[in-house]
Amino acid sequence: MLTTESIQKIDREIAKYPPDRKQSAVMAALAIAQEELGWLPNEAIEFVANYLGMEPIAAYEVASFYNMYDLKPVGKHKLTVCTNLPCMLSGGVDAAEYLKMKLGIDFNETTPDGRFTLKEGECMGACGDAPVMLVNNRRMCSCMQPEQIDNLLAELE
Amino acid sequence: MLDIEIDGRLVQVPAGSTIMDAAQLVGTYIPHFCYHKKLSIAANCRMCMVQVEKAPKPLPACSTPVTGGMKVFTHSELAVAAQKGVMEFLLINHPLDCPICDQGGECQLQDLSVGYGAGTSRYREAKRVVFQKEAGPLISMQEMSRCIHCTRCVRFGQEIAGVKELGMASRNMHSEIQTFVGRTIDSELSGNMIDLCPVGALTSKPFRYSARSWELSRRKSVSPHDSLGTNLTVQVKNNRVMRVLARENEDVNECWISDKDRFSYEALNSSERLLKPMVRVDGALREVEWNVALDYISHALKDVAKSHGAESIAALASPHSTLEELYLLQKLMREIGSGNVDFRPRRRDSSTDGKRAGTPWLGMRLSEIKDLDAVLVVGSFLRKDHPLFAQRLRQLAKKYGEVSLVSVTSDDPLIRLTEQISVPPQDLVLALAGIVKAAAELMGEAVPAGLESGDACEKSRAIAQSLLNGEKKAVFLGNVAEQIAQAGQLHALAAELCRLTGASLGFIGEAANSVGGYVAKALPTGLNAYEMFAQPRKAYVLMGLEPELDCANPQMAVAALKQASLVVLLTSFKNVAALDYADVMLPIAAFAETSGTYVNTEGRVQGVAGVCRPQGEARPAWKVLRVLGNVLGLPGFEYESSEQVRDELIPSGTEFVEGLDNGVELRIQSIGSYPSGLQRIADVPIYFADSLVRRAVSLQQTKDAAIPAARMNPQTLAELGVVVGSRVRVRQDQGEAVLTACSDSTVPAGCVRIAAAHPTTAALGEMFGPIDVERA
Amino acid sequence: MAILGAINPMLTVGLDGDNAWRLDDYVKRGGYSALKKIIAEKTPTDQIIKEVKKSVLRGRGGAGFPTGLKWSFMPKYFPGDKYVICNSDEGEPGTFKDRDILRYNPHSVIEGMAIAAYAIGAARGYNYIHGEIWEIYKRFEEALDEARAAGLIGKNILGSGFDFELFAHHGYGAYICGEESALLDSIEGKKGQPRFKPPFPANYGLYGKPTTVNNTETFSAVPFILNHGADAYLEAGKPNNGGTKLFSVSGHVNRPGNYEIPLGTPFATLLEMAGGVRGGRKLKACIPGGSSAPVLPAQTIMDCTMDFDSISKAGSMLGSGAVIVMDETTCMVRALERLSYFYYEESCGQCTPCREGTSWLYKVVHRIEHGQGRADDLDLLRSVTTNIMGRTICALGDAASMPVQSFVKHFQDEFAYHIEHKKCLVPPEIQRAGSGFFKATV
Ligand SMILES: Cc1cc2nc3c(=O)[nH]c(=O)nc-3n(C[C@H](O)[C@H](O)[C@H](O)COP(=O)(O)O)c2cc1C
Ligand code: SF4
Ligand code: FES
Repeated sequence: MLTTESIQKIDREIAKYPPDRKQSAVMAALAIAQEELGWLPNEAIEFVANYLGMEPIAAYEVASFYNMYDLKPVGKHKLTVCTNLPCMLSGGVDAAEYLKMKLGIDFNETTPDGRFTLKEGECMGACGDAPVMLVNNRRMCSCMQPEQIDNLLAELE
Repeated sequence: MLDIEIDGRLVQVPAGSTIMDAAQLVGTYIPHFCYHKKLSIAANCRMCMVQVEKAPKPLPACSTPVTGGMKVFTHSELAVAAQKGVMEFLLINHPLDCPICDQGGECQLQDLSVGYGAGTSRYREAKRVVFQKEAGPLISMQEMSRCIHCTRCVRFGQEIAGVKELGMASRNMHSEIQTFVGRTIDSELSGNMIDLCPVGALTSKPFRYSARSWELSRRKSVSPHDSLGTNLTVQVKNNRVMRVLARENEDVNECWISDKDRFSYEALNSSERLLKPMVRVDGALREVEWNVALDYISHALKDVAKSHGAESIAALASPHSTLEELYLLQKLMREIGSGNVDFRPRRRDSSTDGKRAGTPWLGMRLSEIKDLDAVLVVGSFLRKDHPLFAQRLRQLAKKYGEVSLVSVTSDDPLIRLTEQISVPPQDLVLALAGIVKAAAELMGEAVPAGLESGDACEKSRAIAQSLLNGEKKAVFLGNVAEQIAQAGQLHALAAELCRLTGASLGFIGEAANSVGGYVAKALPTGLNAYEMFAQPRKAYVLMGLEPELDCANPQMAVAALKQASLVVLLTSFKNVAALDYADVMLPIAAFAETSGTYVNTEGRVQGVAGVCRPQGEARPAWKVLRVLGNVLGLPGFEYESSEQVRDELIPSGTEFVEGLDNGVELRIQSIGSYPSGLQRIADVPIYFADSLVRRAVSLQQTKDAAIPAARMNPQTLAELGVVVGSRVRVRQDQGEAVLTACSDSTVPAGCVRIAAAHPTTAALGEMFGPIDVERA
Repeated sequence: MAILGAINPMLTVGLDGDNAWRLDDYVKRGGYSALKKIIAEKTPTDQIIKEVKKSVLRGRGGAGFPTGLKWSFMPKYFPGDKYVICNSDEGEPGTFKDRDILRYNPHSVIEGMAIAAYAIGAARGYNYIHGEIWEIYKRFEEALDEARAAGLIGKNILGSGFDFELFAHHGYGAYICGEESALLDSIEGKKGQPRFKPPFPANYGLYGKPTTVNNTETFSAVPFILNHGADAYLEAGKPNNGGTKLFSVSGHVNRPGNYEIPLGTPFATLLEMAGGVRGGRKLKACIPGGSSAPVLPAQTIMDCTMDFDSISKAGSMLGSGAVIVMDETTCMVRALERLSYFYYEESCGQCTPCREGTSWLYKVVHRIEHGQGRADDLDLLRSVTTNIMGRTICALGDAASMPVQSFVKHFQDEFAYHIEHKKCLVPPEIQRAGSGFFKATV
């Protein structure tokens, strides 16, 4: 189901916890699976559950609880924009509107070419840098005024 | 002990109690949904808010520990305001269509909302809609919008059933109870979630919309299935059993019942019920009147006795029969002059007959299990053979008790095991001998003669040590240990192990009357259950039995029946296979239709009353036997009631039978070499185990009722050159079956696991013994 | 660099340039001297806890609980494992200080945790890091590698026989995991659902073992206290409000960012450091301690000093020290709607009042904002918050209620106007201009 490289990464996470507490690595393992597959199909959740010796529904509870897991396919670049109050005061909502307009999609939608998915995010702990957005859960982009958004989209083409 | 005050009443409660515990002690009801005495505390419904003196906020009674001098007010203004506030929250998203809800009339939310709900709703938004889910044949998840997220069902799975099949996925008000992406709920205890669900979210699929709760009369009963003697409430409408629920008995089944106990009633209304007596006339079975059938039997039996001697007659009963039925059957036989009577159709080895000190039983009360420090179970498909007994061990292992299992497969019993040994059936004796040897060595005692060459491996030593460490401990012999050819040796070895370690010895027992049969004296003084087929008789009387499914060697049994000149079946069901060999079929009352007594594995005597009339012309078997005795002109068959029959055996009011003793005078034989070659391991699948469950349609749709396969571990498959999923021909003596090969790493190498008790494998022979497998 | 200003810095002292986070730089700034000294001198654990108590270091995660006291709750003689956990889940809207501590001064957290582990007898620790800050998580792992390589964490630290294994655990997007018991469940590989208390983590924490949870900033202050003494720390603040604190200033200011100032510094000073209200506009309101803290109108906050007691007296909470500044372009209904959405979305869903109540609150505020408010809606909001507060398993219920209560209380007219006129007091173009996104000015 997953590449050896991913399995090795998961093994490194498992090693962080006491030997009888493999389940502790489930968040990391799901994240690693998602990184490899682009999203989390049920088979991946079940694979992770079996790998860690937990019931599939327990892994599914985790996968469906935390916001950053994608239980449905997403575009190549998932853009998550923080619209929470501190960001909103400094243009977070405006930035999201701007992206919707430029990409022609609403939140939770993917562009027809499969390139972008837009998500509304909650506070990312970077309110001083508003507007902020996250690319594929990993890369945080700060102070995203229209020009910076244009540049980012161009770069991600 | 702490002194506290609840609504002005003084209570003494043990330290560590919660306010809820204390309130229950004084009989004060605090409204609640998520709290359940057998489940861990979740404190999530927040319905149980009470006021505590000096606390600024109301506190949840279920999770607040009491402190000395605490003053609790369960009905104060603050408490009631909090309770009403929570009730409002619970109702805003709950459909308010009780009249069409299946739970209507027995819904905790409905009940409490009368007291705590507001008349009109301040919530004017659209209610949450939760999509229905498919979870298998037993539990309906059609109405998940009704769920109040108390997580009782989730906790039940994790904590009691031992497997988490339901979870609460997602978060916030979109949280949903579900299985992993549309899987079915497969636990053999799953039906308890229906009882636990305080609202109409999880309901019984077979019962759904078939009756309203207030139309049902409730009668007490006892499960006729496994040896636990689970207490039931049977609910009846128009002389029809509509539903079976748990009846709480902390000492027996606590508040649980297995799915087998809950759903087997469906068989009562099966189209296969035998409704009228039948007699073979001109080669075919024809319906006749009762007197005709009984006269026929009487004459036929007398004929056989006259021309071939009474010892050419044999009788075999199902251990699911009542005490009274078993007693009358053996009485009838002995009066005719035959000692060929037994109630243990799966028993292969009778070496302990005549050598036992008393009636074999659990060796302790069920309620004592929770206090054990160490347990060894030998030869058992624990979880499927004894769902609730296994549940007790599960709870024990969760606390501090050490549970080990030595058996013929390494199925996961969903119990935290200290050690698990799985060996081919013929090596079970060897494995137990190893533990006995280890125990002797650890105790510094001489190794019992014959066991010197035994192998006390590391696991054996660990098990012996665990039995030696504990203060209270037990060795339990399961169904396999009673069914295999070396049953007597296992008994002797287990007794020796218990002597060495100070453990108590027990038999879990196969069926509802496995102890009762001994009490009823339904035991051979002539041929036993196995011998009566190995040495074919002229006439057979079989009660409650389907010989091709219920015997140790069905192939042999059926052959013997086919050659006999008279085969009488007392049965509730028209058994298709029997059409071949039966000469008379007498319709007898099934479970719930007759009064009678069960003696469970701990020796507890539990009488039941018939809760509805038998179907068609079926009659309680005790009455049939009584009349048959009369027709045969035998003395001592003048009973008026089943109680009269019972009184002849045990005084009325007896709680536990006497004479329970697992001692045995049998020498341990020296361990020798046992046959090699491919061996069969036969389990009796939970929903094929008796004639009732076999006809319970919903149970027959579960995973546990799958058609038997030939299950082998990958190594054995490879050696045989068999591909997973392909068809194989399996053969024992003259019989064969064609089955699908299946890979199962819990089966020891050199063995094939093929279930017994199923029509597809009825042509085979011994449950445990040599078998041939080839590609079909 | 996002730490934009400081008065008397203790946490951020000597931090310049983006690379100062490395072990070498930290050691050059005097880092790890406290840990080394304790280990070398085998300082009795009681003495460390006493010193921390004396410093009146109050938890920086939101509740302001005295740290030394919390450490003293740990059972001293416990036969099994004990854990020390750092809470870097920073998800409270407005808060972004822990990220900068981990970004610029990760070793101060590692040292603080190691000292705590020593003091409470823990041999293992985890730092739970907010999901959205992957780069920071990676950096922290690098810092851990450095510390491990230098023998500052791991087995037999500096040859002393003291073991302390420390790992980072990466969150994945759930505000509730900042609540300490939800955080523990999350590390255990479950949904992050808060546990009911008692028992508290000191008795039944991670994997059921005694556990101490502190905020990133709390740990990061520990080395200073042990290096310079509790008195030096106390001197910087006010009585019962020891030391400096990082304030995350966001919203309508000219220079949003983190500022380290002694507790007790006037709000006006902080506002000035942050460049004043954006575009010189008029201050309307301020949430002084993260989104869960009650909002204060301009005139009230301008009279406050930034410390636990003063803010509390003004009717709010210092919380996590996240200062959300709102100027006159802000529609308070819309602001509250967004916050209520946040709590509704982030409710873990287990307990009834929070699960049902947060969604109800949001729906009501939403309809007011969208011109469908009803005359009795403000009473309804107040009543629903009363039914939530104090009746939930964790404090998220309170956190969701306090903004509603305070917004409705202080800006009742604005809400009433919305309900009555089905529109906002603040014209949409003005609101739009407030953010500065489209470079328009008012
Ligand atoms: C809903 C909720 C969210 C919280 N989020 C955080 C958080 O992001 N970071 C944090 O340090 N503490 C947070 N807390 C507080 C923690 O539960 C805990 O009190 C704190 O980590 C203890 O550290 P301290 O004593 O050093 O402040 C939160 C509490 C609640 C109820
Ligand atoms: S208050 Fe909310 S977040 Fe906290 S436990 Fe209850 S449902 Fe979960
Ligand atoms: S019964 Fe106490 S919170 Fe549910």
